[in-house]
Parts: sequence; structure tokens; C-alpha cells
Amino acid sequence: MQASNEIYGVMAEFDSPNSLLEAAKKARAAGYRKMDAYSPFPIEEVCEEIMPEDTGVPRIVLICGLLGASSGFIFQAIGEFLDYPYNIGGRPIAITNWPAMIPITFECGILCAAFGAVFGMLALNGLPMPYHPVFNVPRFERASQDAFFLCIESVDPLFDRGRTSQFLRGLSPLQVSEVAH
Amino acid sequence: MAQAQPIRTAPQPDTGETYLLPGETYTSISSVIGDVPLTAPLKTPRAWFLGFGVAFALLMVFLVSVSWLFIRGVGIWGINIPVGWGMDIINFVWWIGIGHAGTLISAILLLLNQGWRNSINRFAEAMTLFAVACAGQYPILHLGRPWLFYWLFPFPNTHGMWPNFRSPLDWDVFAISTYATVSLLFWLVGLVPDFATLRDRSSNPLVKRIYGFAAVGWRGSARHWHRYEMASLLLAGISTPLVVSVHSIISLDFAVAQVPGWQVTVFPPYFVAGAVFAGFAMVLLLMIPVRAFYGFQSYITIRHLDVMAKVMLATGMLVVYGYFMEVFASLYSSSKYEQYLLYNRLSGPSAWAYYGLLFCNAVAIQPLWFRRVRQNIPALMVISAIVSVGMWLERYVIIVISLQRDFLPSSWAIYIPTVWDWSLYLGTFGLFFTLTFIFIRVLPMINIFEIRLLLHQETERAHRNEAAHGHGHDHGHGHDHGHKPNPAAAD
Repeated sequence: MQASNEIYGVMAEFDSPNSLLEAAKKARAAGYRKMDAYSPFPIEEVCEEIMPEDTGVPRIVLICGLLGASSGFIFQAIGEFLDYPYNIGGRPIAITNWPAMIPITFECGILCAAFGAVFGMLALNGLPMPYHPVFNVPRFERASQDAFFLCIESVDPLFDRGRTSQFLRGLSPLQVSEVAH
Repeated sequence: MAQAQPIRTAPQPDTGETYLLPGETYTSISSVIGDVPLTAPLKTPRAWFLGFGVAFALLMVFLVSVSWLFIRGVGIWGINIPVGWGMDIINFVWWIGIGHAGTLISAILLLLNQGWRNSINRFAEAMTLFAVACAGQYPILHLGRPWLFYWLFPFPNTHGMWPNFRSPLDWDVFAISTYATVSLLFWLVGLVPDFATLRDRSSNPLVKRIYGFAAVGWRGSARHWHRYEMASLLLAGISTPLVVSVHSIISLDFAVAQVPGWQVTVFPPYFVAGAVFAGFAMVLLLMIPVRAFYGFQSYITIRHLDVMAKVMLATGMLVVYGYFMEVFASLYSSSKYEQYLLYNRLSGPSAWAYYGLLFCNAVAIQPLWFRRVRQNIPALMVISAIVSVGMWLERYVIIVISLQRDFLPSSWAIYIPTVWDWSLYLGTFGLFFTLTFIFIRVLPMINIFEIRLLLHQETERAHRNEAAHGHGHDHGHGHDHGHKPNPAAAD
């Protein structure tokens, strides 16, 4: 069982979301972990087979939101009460007037949380990534339209060029091909 | 053993009806919607050029109005003391309200797991962005010295001054700019997988490069989809309170002031409901012609229009409740100014606006109780147009009627908009429709991947129904082959 790193992995194409799901289940049951599925829309069951762990996005969003809100509040407090206290309409020039600062605090929190969600998701996904080996697979341009792929990567400890291809062929795919780097 | 959080596919109550017309496949969805932006420039439909030309001419009206405003100042408008907020603020609130339906559709309906939103969310989100762009012009132009608009933001300056963070007018700045930014992010994130589809479908190398650049290397990986879905869900979750906060803060511009008719505690929810009401009317007004022109009846079905009409009716009735509360508040206030306001609305010099608003927003929507009206396209167009006018009148009533006659009769005056007020309003339509026409030409106006997801869910549901009725067997083994017609048709 030698790791063969000359190729990126072995890719099989399936004809429907359900056969992709079946294949992902069988691959996981066979012990493969370093694999990925490619589909033109999110299929939640497949995502769970491929990546049962936490996505990591919620934590980033929470941290960004809290940081945004607290820094927004502190920023306002510095401006209104420390750096340039100014009596406007008789409002107290002290932290007791905090409710009037909540709307901007809230907006700052939302803004940072949204940036965290978008850029956190992109960063965790390793995007932008203009080149990727899977784009070399024949018919892969259909993966964004109507085709469903499962790729077992060569970094998986169980990966073996011949046996993994054989395994994928046993899942009744439309085609199986090796993915060059 | 799967620990992942369920994101989207919680079972919905099965009504036995489908939101997609039969015969659609993953392939047909990708080609029908995806090929509109990929049409060669010279093969663009003539009607598009016609529409774009009209919109562009109106955009020039906008430029002329703004240029004259920059040369002469806000004196070219009809505003003066006591009516310092005229059509600029009316139109600002009107446009921003229209934008809110887009966020409602894209965020709240996503959280509520309403699959039918998938057909309309892209268009509605685009409408949000363009409406916010139009709305954003007004407060800046109304500043008098619009080139100093950045003074509203805290920035290091030699005066050592800060904006007044405890004023609703500054809350507005933060609310609108956050709203515009988050809406743009949400919209762009939704576009990434569709950019990948366009990249893979286009045959022109330049076009392929442009869409490929925009797709940031999206390859449809399950790991990516998983984080993507989580990020979308969280964006929806934070956009929902955001949209409520934005129009609430706008209403506080009024409610924090002491002008009769403005100091009403019902304002925040009443403004939010009114925004959604006006926004759904505008979505209907825009979607119906586009749907007919591009032949998207399979994706935006008559049931979609029916549901949107129901939302319009529900939010309209909330707004009517707001009108009752305003009357109640002025009668119960035992303040002679508040009570006079009611008299002034009913029989003052601008009473026509109040009666017009009651007709447009309370009476004209009542036929929507009937399914036959909700599914009648001309009737929906007429009612939506009336509602759009009605919501404009509502802002006219709130802003102008209150300011025309406030506390001291000696300072009362009548507000008459000038030709420049109207030309700027007309001009923002030019801005809005120019952006809309460019959008429907270069971007997929229906979210392609979400329609595929909807087809998948509908197919699964049809299988489940078949199995439940006893003549289905072995479901979930490759039966929803993407190239077969949607079995939901069998129901």
C-alpha cells in the first residue's frame, strides 16, 4: 500500500445526486477520509459524508461580530466622553448615556460579522484559487452544471492507484479518471 | 456518525404542490438561465436596447438635476422653513423601503426555509442594491454642501471634532452604509457559484476569463459548499436584524423629533412593515415583465406571484394598523398639536394626500384576499403600481403635512415641489433602471444553483410521496437522474 503522489487522486463521475451520495457513503465505509465531492449545488447529505466536522465559520463570525460591536462602542465613548465632550441637547456627557450609542454599536457588529462570514468562508476554503488539479478531469466543466463527481485524493493513507480506481469502478460510475497535478 | 449541523434541508410541510414547472432538468436550468448573460452583445434583444435607452436618458436627467443643484444649491428645490425636509427625504425613505423587500426575500425567507424564494432572491437582492444606491443620493444631496459628506464619518481631522454619535441622523449614516455593504456582500457571495457556471459554459475566451476571475476558482467542492452554506445562513441571520434596524433607525429620525405626527412610538415596526409592503409591490412590478420577456414562467410561476401578493396583503394590513394607531395616538394624546394634526390631515390643504394614501394602501389591496385576483397578472400589476404610489404618499403625509403646520400658526407655510424636485426623482428612476438593465444583461438574474437545489428537493419529495402512496420502491437509488423530466409532474 504505497502512497502514490505522482497524481492528485482518482475521480469518478456519477449520474445523479443520489448515486453520488451512495458512493460517498461507501467510500467512507471503506475507510477513505481524504476525499472530496463536486456537485453543481450543495447536497447536504454528501457534505456530511465528506466533512462531518465543524465548518469553523460560525466561530469566526461570532468573534468578528463581538470585536466589531465592542470596538464600535469604545470608539464612540472615546469620541463623545473623553476626547471632545460636548453638551448637545442636554444629554449627559457620561457613560450613563450608553443607550444612545447602541444603534451604531449594533451596526458595527453586523458589519464586521458580515465581513467575517464572507472572508472567513473564502479563507477556510482556500479561495481564490485560480488553478486546481481537478479542473484537468474530462467533463469537469459539467460539475458546475449537471454532473456529480467524487475524488479520492492521493494523500489518503489508504490510497493506492490501482486499488482505489478499482474501488471507484465498483460504485457504478459513468467514468473514472486519474487527476494529474 | 455525521455531526454536521443541518443547514437547509429541514423537512417542510408538504403542501403537495410544486413551485417548478414540470420538465425542468439540471441541464435545462443551467442553459436557460445561464445563456441570457452569455448572449453575444450584438444578439441582445432589441427591446433590451430600447429599455436601456429610456433608462439611460433618465439617468442623464439625474445628472442634469444634480449638476444644477451643485451650481445653485438646495434653493432650487421647494424646501424652505418650516418644510425643510421635502421630496428629498420622502424619496430617500421611499427608495430605501423598496430595497427592504430584497433583504426580506433573501434573508428572512432563507431562515424560514422557504424554497420558493430561490427563484426570486437574486433579482430582489439586486433591486435592494440599486434602490439603496438611489436612496443614498438624497441625504447627501440634501446636505447643502454635499462634497463634505465625509464629515458624517469619524475621521482624523485638524479640528479634533467628532460626529455626534448620539443623533439619529448619524445612526442613519452607519445604518445605511452597513446595509449597503452587507447587501452587496450577500449578493456577491450568492453569485460566486453562478459565475463558475458561466465560466464553464461560455465559449468566448475573454468572457470565460472575466467570469472565471469573478468565480475565484469555485469548483463545487462539498467541503466548500458546506462552509458556503453555513456562511450564507449566518449572513441571512445577521441581515434579518439588520434590515429591521435600518428602517427602525430611519423612523427614529422622525420619532425622536418633537414635531406633531412624528413622535409616535409605533413608528419603527410601522416603518418596517411599510418598507416590506412597498418593496414587494416593486418586486412584482419588475418581475412580471422580466418573467414574460425572458420566458422564465417555469421558474417564477404563478404560485410565486400568488405568495408575494399574500405577503403584500399581510404587510399592507400591518400598515393599516399603523394608520389606526396614529389616529388613536393623536386623539388619546390630549396634546392640542397632535389633535390638530389629525384635523389637518383630514381637512387641511394637503388632505388629498391623506385620502389618497388611505385609498392606495388600505382600500386598493383588499381584492388580494381573493385567489383569482392574486393570480391575475394585470390585476397584480395595477395593485402594485397603486401601492407604490400609496407608499410615496405615506411619506409625503408624514413629512410634509406635519411640517407645514407645526406649533406656531405664524410660521405655517405650504410646500410646493419645484420642477427640480421632480426631475431629480425621475432621474433616480433612470439610475435604478440603468443598473437593472445592465444587471439583467450581464449577470444571471435567477440564482441558478439554488434552482438546481430546489429541483433536487422537489424530486426527492416526489419520490417520498410515491413511496408513501405504495407504488414507489427503492427510492434514493439514482432515480432522480438529472436528465429525466421532473417526476413531480406526475402529481
